[in-house]
Amino acid sequence: MNLIRDTIIGVEKISAGYKNTVLLQDVSFEVKRGEIFVILGSSGSGKSTLLKLMIGLNKPLSGRIFIDGQDIVSAEGNERLALLKKFGVMYQRGALFGSMTLLENVRLPLEEFTDLPLSAMDLIARMKLSLVGLKEFGSLLPAELSGGMQKRAAIARAMALDPQILFLDELSAGLDPITSAELDHLVLSLAQNLGITFVIVTHELSSIYAIADRIIMLDKALKGILAIGRPQDLRDHSKNAFVRRFFNRQGESDTPEEKFSP
Amino acid sequence: MPNYSSPHMPDSPSLPIHTDMIAPGVLGVKIIGRLDSMTTGNIWRKTNLELDRTSPKRVIVDASGIEYCDGSGIGYLFGLRQRQEKGGGDLEIRGLRTEFQQLLDLFDPSEFEESPKIQPGPISFFEMIGRSTCIICEEAHAFVEFVGEAGVAMVKALLNPKQVRWKDAFLIAETAGVNALPVIVLVGFLMGLIMAFQAAIPMRQFGAEIYVANLVGLSMIRELGPLMTAIVLAGRSGSAFAAELGTMKVNEEIDALITMGLDPMQFLVVTRILAAVIMTPLLTLFADLIGVLGGSLVLISMGYSLATYFKQIISTVNYVDLFGGLFKSIVFGLLVASVGCLRGLQTEMGATAVGESTTRAVVGGIVLIVVTDGIFSVVYYYLGI
Repeated sequence: MNLIRDTIIGVEKISAGYKNTVLLQDVSFEVKRGEIFVILGSSGSGKSTLLKLMIGLNKPLSGRIFIDGQDIVSAEGNERLALLKKFGVMYQRGALFGSMTLLENVRLPLEEFTDLPLSAMDLIARMKLSLVGLKEFGSLLPAELSGGMQKRAAIARAMALDPQILFLDELSAGLDPITSAELDHLVLSLAQNLGITFVIVTHELSSIYAIADRIIMLDKALKGILAIGRPQDLRDHSKNAFVRRFFNRQGESDTPEEKFSP
Repeated sequence: MPNYSSPHMPDSPSLPIHTDMIAPGVLGVKIIGRLDSMTTGNIWRKTNLELDRTSPKRVIVDASGIEYCDGSGIGYLFGLRQRQEKGGGDLEIRGLRTEFQQLLDLFDPSEFEESPKIQPGPISFFEMIGRSTCIICEEAHAFVEFVGEAGVAMVKALLNPKQVRWKDAFLIAETAGVNALPVIVLVGFLMGLIMAFQAAIPMRQFGAEIYVANLVGLSMIRELGPLMTAIVLAGRSGSAFAAELGTMKVNEEIDALITMGLDPMQFLVVTRILAAVIMTPLLTLFADLIGVLGGSLVLISMGYSLATYFKQIISTVNYVDLFGGLFKSIVFGLLVASVGCLRGLQTEMGATAVGESTTRAVVGGIVLIVVTDGIFSVVYYYLGI
């Protein structure tokens, strides 16, 4: 793995919420370059809020978020655009453009932000699709694909401009264990081959053990971080009994929501 | 591990590529600096030009100067290899850092061969006619099926009115009917006014301006009131029905209803048709009245009293005209709501599908209104109405 390990995302004293409810209070943590970082938490604990803050979709009530050394909260105009190109996002349901084929979906960022020749864009887009195992499906429309394939295509599109960071929202939600395992494998191979940093929201414990370098566990009552660290360390050494219990439950067939009730 | 790090790397200098014929048929390409999505475009173009010009048997890339290479850069090297192999030549890449070489090795050139695109042949005239006929038949079949199902659901609803979701129906009646009042009033008023004004000018030459009242009264109440109301309804509510039901279809809400044992016809379509059938004649009444009022302005401005105007109208327009028009409007409402619901339920997957159904709902609604109006004219003529 990458030995440089400097900080690529720095979250500093973030508070966020809606009108009268504060979901996150003074949350701070760092994501190291090249690591696979997983965000966990029960529904309503602020996972999606946190992710939306990190990708600059929403603004926090207070605090700063640094992506590769630059604050995304205060960035405007071209500075913000340059920052946006440093990461790609896979949305929970893929968010592929329904009127475009997979190839056109992946080619779109290349068309908009590079001056590559058209044939070159085509080739690069096909190479990205091949990385996610969808080489033969470039001419299909998203609606013609299964959910797992749509997610993989969304990852290919997120990678179009070779970002340093990929944010994946609910990686395994709505997928069968086999597809989910395939996606885990894909994430690992992309991290190893391309050195991409991953920030992933997932509930799948098996997934977490398979891919996560470090995890952060959010808690609704604390309005912040319940635990942060390597999954094995948290399982064996966490001071919090609930965290230990959660990580020891691997293989039990309970639902994610049940897993989170202490 | 490839060096994806290097934050704050300065932007690359101008064209870090040098090409040179090393020997006859051997092109040397030297790249220095960054090979990323920003620089690769120019490098790629320059290389292509050079390859077109010299068509070398062999290309030697000196990659020792590449300090950073992302997916676009790998794409460039890969594309170069592919092009050389296709042309029967070969490519040698020297001094590429191992981390970049590993990236390049992820792709197998043989798997990326351009598959010959199958061009569909031109469709012959007869094939075109055949296909169009099939589509029209399928459409007609779908419509007849829908009318049947909706008809059954309506009859069931009327036999057992307690089953109808009246709350929903009244809510839809409010949005589709009551809220449409301002636009109906505006269009109806202007229509009456304009028609009277246009007719008054030539009629005045014959001293027959009082007959403007006959014209406005008859045409508004018999024909234009119902027609205009129905067209506004098609644009306003037919489209809304299609979009609503289409989105529900896309979100699998319709499937959810079916698996819950609820009939989408009963649940969604009957309420909408009932709302439209109740509201269209009421709106038409408004349009008639306001149109006639609009026409009165012209005659008043010519010195006739309002009483004369209305007396003239009452003497020409009878209840048969009024109820004939209202009956038409009921049928129009039924058609608009049905087409809207049908198109909504026919929606396929994807964001564009909803837009498509909406368009088809409005176009289909207006076409049906006009055609039905034509049929009514003929029927009314033979019935002597």
